[in-house]
Amino acid sequence: MAVVVARPNLRWYEKLYLPNIAAGLAITFRHFTKMIFGRTKVTMQYPEEKWDAHLPDYYRGTPALVRDVSGRIRCVACQLCEFICPPRAIKITPGELPDGDKFKKVEKYPNEFDIDMIRCIYCGMCEEVCPEQAIYLRKDYAVTGFTREDMVHHKEKLLEIGGVMHGVVLKWNERK
Amino acid sequence: MDYAYIGISFAKIAGLLPVVLGIMNYSVYAERRISAFIQDRPGPNRVGPFGLLQPIADAAKFLLKEDFTPAHVNKFYYWLAPCLAMIPAILTLAVVPFGSTLFGVPMVIADINVGVLFVFAIASLGVYGIVIAGWSSNSKYPFLGGIRSSSQMLSYELALGLAVIPVFLVVGKLRLTEIVRYQIEHGWMIAPFAGDWANVGKWLLALPMLISFVVFTIAIFAETNRLPFDLPEAETELVGGYHTEYGSMKFGLFFLGEYIAMITGSAIIVTLFLGGWHLPVPSWHGGFHWALIDGSRGVLAGLFNIFIFFAKIAVLLFFFMWVRWSLPRFRYDQLMRLGWIWIFEIALVNIFLTAVILAFVKL
Repeated sequence: MAVVVARPNLRWYEKLYLPNIAAGLAITFRHFTKMIFGRTKVTMQYPEEKWDAHLPDYYRGTPALVRDVSGRIRCVACQLCEFICPPRAIKITPGELPDGDKFKKVEKYPNEFDIDMIRCIYCGMCEEVCPEQAIYLRKDYAVTGFTREDMVHHKEKLLEIGGVMHGVVLKWNERK
Repeated sequence: MDYAYIGISFAKIAGLLPVVLGIMNYSVYAERRISAFIQDRPGPNRVGPFGLLQPIADAAKFLLKEDFTPAHVNKFYYWLAPCLAMIPAILTLAVVPFGSTLFGVPMVIADINVGVLFVFAIASLGVYGIVIAGWSSNSKYPFLGGIRSSSQMLSYELALGLAVIPVFLVVGKLRLTEIVRYQIEHGWMIAPFAGDWANVGKWLLALPMLISFVVFTIAIFAETNRLPFDLPEAETELVGGYHTEYGSMKFGLFFLGEYIAMITGSAIIVTLFLGGWHLPVPSWHGGFHWALIDGSRGVLAGLFNIFIFFAKIAVLLFFFMWVRWSLPRFRYDQLMRLGWIWIFEIALVNIFLTAVILAFVKL
C-alpha cells in the first residue's frame, strides 16, 4: 500500500535556501574555530600521549619472569603455566641448576623459557597458577616485531621485562 | 617579437608556475586539515611539523605507485584525459594579472585584449578531460560521471558567461588588467561605492554587482566540480566517478587538476570582483587618505601586490573548502533545475538591471 509522505510546507525564505546555507556554514565555522583554539577534545595522539600513567593495577600486559632480591630466577620450571596456558604460548625446557649452586639439589631451573607473543592472549592464567610467583603480567602492551621469531620472547627478554620482585613470596600481595 | 620579451615571459612563467603548484599542493593539505577541523578531528599531523610535509609524501607516493592501465580501456584517450584535465586549468592563469609591476614589468604573462573570453574558452576545455576519461574508461561508473559532467558544465557555463557581462557593462573593456585598473580607480566591483560614498547611483550599482558575484561564484563551484556540485565524482553513488579506473599519477593529475581549477577560478573571481592585486592601505601623509601601493613604489611594493593577490586567492580557497565540508550534494534534477531555472535566469535579469542602472542613473 502506498504511503503518502507529507512534504513540509516551506516558507519563502526557506525555499530560498541561502539563509539555511548561511546557518550551516556558521555551524561548521564554529566547529572550525573551536578546533583552532583547542577547545575541542580530540582523540589521544598515540605515540606522544599514552595511557601508561593511568593504567590500573590489575592491567594485564605482557607476561614476564621476575628475579628475587638476591637475583635468582624465581621460576622452578614446574611447567604448570605451560599446561594451563589456553593458547599454548609458553614453552619451557627444564634443566638443572649449574654445579655449585646452593639450590641445585632442591629445585629445577628453566633452561629455556619462551612465550610466543603472537599466541599469547594476556589472560593471566600463568600468573594465577604459578606456585612461586615467578611469572607476572606487567604493563607493557606494545609488542612488535618484523618476523615471527621477533615475536617470541625468550628467557632473557622475559627477565628484562620482569625485573626484580622485592618482598616476600606471597601470592596475593599488593603487586598482584 | 624580440628576444627580451620572450625571455621576460619565460621568467614570469618560471616564477608563477612553482608558486601555483605549491599552492595547489598545500591546498590539498589545507583541504584535509580544514575538513578535519570542521569534523572535530586533528587531521594529518604526522609527516613533519603539523604534518606540513604531507604533500611531499603524497607526491612521492603518487610517483612511485605502479602506473597501471586496465586492459579494457581505450588506451590513447585514457592517457590523454588526465592531461586534458590539468592543462586548461593552468593555461587560464596566463591572462590573469597576478601583480602590479616588478622592475617595471607588468605581472601578467599574456596581457591580451580578449582577456575574459580567453578564460572562458580555455576553461570550457576542462570538461573534455572529464568526459574523455569517463568515456575511455569503458566502465559504467566513469561513464555516468562523464555524462553528468558534460551536462553540468554546459548548464553552468551559461550562467558563468552571463554573470560577468554586468562587469563588462560597467568597465567597458575585456582586458583583465584594465578591469583591475578600473577597480583601483572606482572601487572594487563588489563595492562600487567605495571612495564615493555619497553617490546613490553607485550604491544602486552594488546590487547587480553583488548578484553577479554570487552567481559567478556558484557557477565557478559547478565548473570546478566542488562539493555542492560534485556529481561527476559523487563518491557515494559512482564509486569515484570519472576517475574510477585511474590510479597513481594519472589519478593524481585529475585530483590536482581540480585544485588548479579551484585556484584559477579563485584568481578570476579575485580579478573580476575583488580588485585583483589591489589593497587600499591607509596613509596619514598629508591628511588621511587611502594610498595606492603598486610596482611604481619599488620591488617590495610589487611583491606586496603579488602577495595580496595570492592572499585573496587563499581566502577564496578556504571558502571553497568551508562550503565543501558544510553542504550536502545536490540531487541531479535539483542541480539542473537550479542551473536552468534559477541561476541562468537571475544572471540574465541581472544584465538588464545593470544596463538600466547604467542608462538612467548618473554615476
